[in-house]
Amino acid sequence: MLKINDLHASVDDKEILRGINLTVNAGEVHAIMGPNGSGKSTLASVIAGKEEFEVTKGSVELDGEDLEDDAPEERAHKGIFLSFQYPVEIPGVSVTNFMKTAINESRKARGLEDMPANEMLKLIREKSELLEIDRKFLSRSLNEGFSGGEKKRNEIFQMAMLEPKLAILDETDSGLDIDALRIVANGVNKLKSKDNAVIVITHYQRLLEHIVPDFVHVLHNGKIVKSGGKELAHELEEKGYDWLKQEQAV
Amino acid sequence: MAYTEEELKKELETKEYEYGFYTDLKSDTLPKGLNEDIVVAISKKKNEPQWMTDWRIDAFRAWQEMEEPEWANVHYEKPDFQAISYYSAPKKADPNKTLNDVDPELLEMYRKLGISVDEQKKLQNVAVDIVVDSVSVATTFQKTLAEKGIIFMPISEAIQKHPDLVKKYMGTIVPKKDNFYAALNSAVFTDGSFCYIPKGVRCPMELSTYFRINEGGTGQFERTLVVADKGSYVSYLEGCTAPSRDENQLHAAVVELIALDDAEIKYSTVQNWYPGNKEGKGGVYNFVTKRGLCENNAKISWTQVETGSAVTWKYPSCILKGDNSIGEFYSIAVTNNYQQADTGTKMVHLGKNTRSTIISKGISAGKSQNSYRGLVQINSRAENARNFSQCDSLLMGNECGAHTFPYIEVKNKTAQIEHEATTSKIGEDQIFYCNQRGIETEKAIALIVNGFSKEVLNKLPMEFAVEAQKLLEISLEGSVG
Ligand SMILES: Nc1ncnc2c1ncn2[C@@H]1O[C@H](COP(=O)(O)OP(=O)(O)O)[C@@H](O)[C@H]1O
Ligand SMILES: [Mg+2]
Repeated sequence: MLKINDLHASVDDKEILRGINLTVNAGEVHAIMGPNGSGKSTLASVIAGKEEFEVTKGSVELDGEDLEDDAPEERAHKGIFLSFQYPVEIPGVSVTNFMKTAINESRKARGLEDMPANEMLKLIREKSELLEIDRKFLSRSLNEGFSGGEKKRNEIFQMAMLEPKLAILDETDSGLDIDALRIVANGVNKLKSKDNAVIVITHYQRLLEHIVPDFVHVLHNGKIVKSGGKELAHELEEKGYDWLKQEQAV
Repeated sequence: MAYTEEELKKELETKEYEYGFYTDLKSDTLPKGLNEDIVVAISKKKNEPQWMTDWRIDAFRAWQEMEEPEWANVHYEKPDFQAISYYSAPKKADPNKTLNDVDPELLEMYRKLGISVDEQKKLQNVAVDIVVDSVSVATTFQKTLAEKGIIFMPISEAIQKHPDLVKKYMGTIVPKKDNFYAALNSAVFTDGSFCYIPKGVRCPMELSTYFRINEGGTGQFERTLVVADKGSYVSYLEGCTAPSRDENQLHAAVVELIALDDAEIKYSTVQNWYPGNKEGKGGVYNFVTKRGLCENNAKISWTQVETGSAVTWKYPSCILKGDNSIGEFYSIAVTNNYQQADTGTKMVHLGKNTRSTIISKGISAGKSQNSYRGLVQINSRAENARNFSQCDSLLMGNECGAHTFPYIEVKNKTAQIEHEATTSKIGEDQIFYCNQRGIETEKAIALIVNGFSKEVLNKLPMEFAVEAQKLLEISLEGSVG
């Protein structure tokens, strides 16, 4: 589904991604771990098409198509979803209105009419129940005054509404308490199928106990320095990243 | 606000406007230029009584002595008042014109606003082949109003049919000599609306000038007078979201509102006159004087969405004369390209326990300049007066300007005044966030702007609000690279 080939990306002439190779197939869950500043969020942003970052070499392919010329919204229409590490506030725009706009824009791109109101209501009801979100919450301004945990849960609610092909969750676990973490993870698991894929970016083993990865990759200094199965996450939890850094240096 | 399914449904539907009336003036055009003879000629053409003619002459003489104001934060070439024709017959449908002759860009805009083909034809003086519903609708509408004793008609007609009411109130709130443009309007006003709501009557529908402006093109020197008698209520809609390409460069309207004891007037405006092209050529100069008077326990709310005109100069104001009276001003002013707007309000507190609220949202894009200018004045006898003002500015890009000029004059120690101001910029992160959810940049900006303006949009009658939202979107098109 997703194929990243020797991807290099920089911002202001500073190289952040230095040759990433990653293949994610439908039905898989990949975890990306790594110390702060290693380039995890940058990788997520580059996949999503953020123009601030310049791809200097390599490519990102979705279903065999190079995404190079696709604007962020076009990538979204193709099924890429990013749960942001730091979701932004949009004052005065309710969660419902935002979702309504997002869904209808994607439908428009596919040549479909706006989703009928009753269908939209049904979808909102179903997905807010899945994530145990109070309906009142949906009338609030997007992310404005939300707690860290509320923001993250709202990201996953949006993911549930949009049903993406490839979801990238960037530190979705940070800010969530244990109960919220379980609800969110449960939501992600319920949405998983053989046709979609998830990339989970995290520091902690904690989330990966709930969303069990098929593969774990360690990013360091803009490169994937180690890949393995879910046991690699345990190893990292125990030993930290230093041993890998040393391994790298050698 | 709890978000119910009903509300969501409402959000998803659009409605037509409420109805207005037509004026059918048959006349030719007067020669260009302005002198006392022209003023008399205008009055004659309209078959006005002598007192009205005298009133106009008095205003004209005062105007001649006045100077064009310069204090507003706008820069433009002063109009040549002798190069304007002050009376022209409404344009008639040209039998040879079809929609194919109309600027496709304008038609595209109409389409986006969801304006029907018939309405498009009317706007462009293309003959309408089907009898438009609104004629019959307007008739039924007039009947309902008549049953309640509500008077709603062109001011020219009111001068003939209700001279006592017009004489009693016209010029009492905005005196003929109030300011340069008000004096000019008083001398040469061609038409406008008159509305009277009798004691204790709640006007059952929104009153609107929508159709009339489209038809008559009388927008240039409009004069509106709304009188809400004791304990009555009226909601009045002015303007039209459809972009008008009036060739008249200068617009100088006067609006007077009178809310007698316990009455309430809600006055909503959507102004979308031609703003000029992307290079700042052309466009309407809009110099408006709007003022309302509140007697005891009365309330006046001004809500405005200003997206058009090259230069706007407009301060809908409230004189809170009566005790416990309330004045409100909710405004969205959008400027793009080379537009300039200097707009705001005056809240003059005279009575005890008077309250006023000011919410101003300025949105600037392109190379435009957007100023808020407001005065809150608490007079010495106004015990326990309260004001809350909030002025928010939203900037797009680095070449536009937002300015706030809040003036506060307090002569009574019991006054409570709160002023808040914010300036923000649409951030790249906000746009990327929307893009990532499949929302393209222009739509994202519209969404952010609508969110920013929500408190004011919420004050508009539902059907107007939907249109106003679309209008904001269209006004800001092309404002990002
Ligand atoms: N917009 C930017 N401008 C300059 N440097 C950036 C920008 N975004 C990220 N970086 C830098 O790139 C590196 C990787 O950041 P990031 O991808 O956020 O790491 P992670 O998510 O792994 O903690 C850091 O050194 C960070 O400071
Ligand atoms: Mg990060």
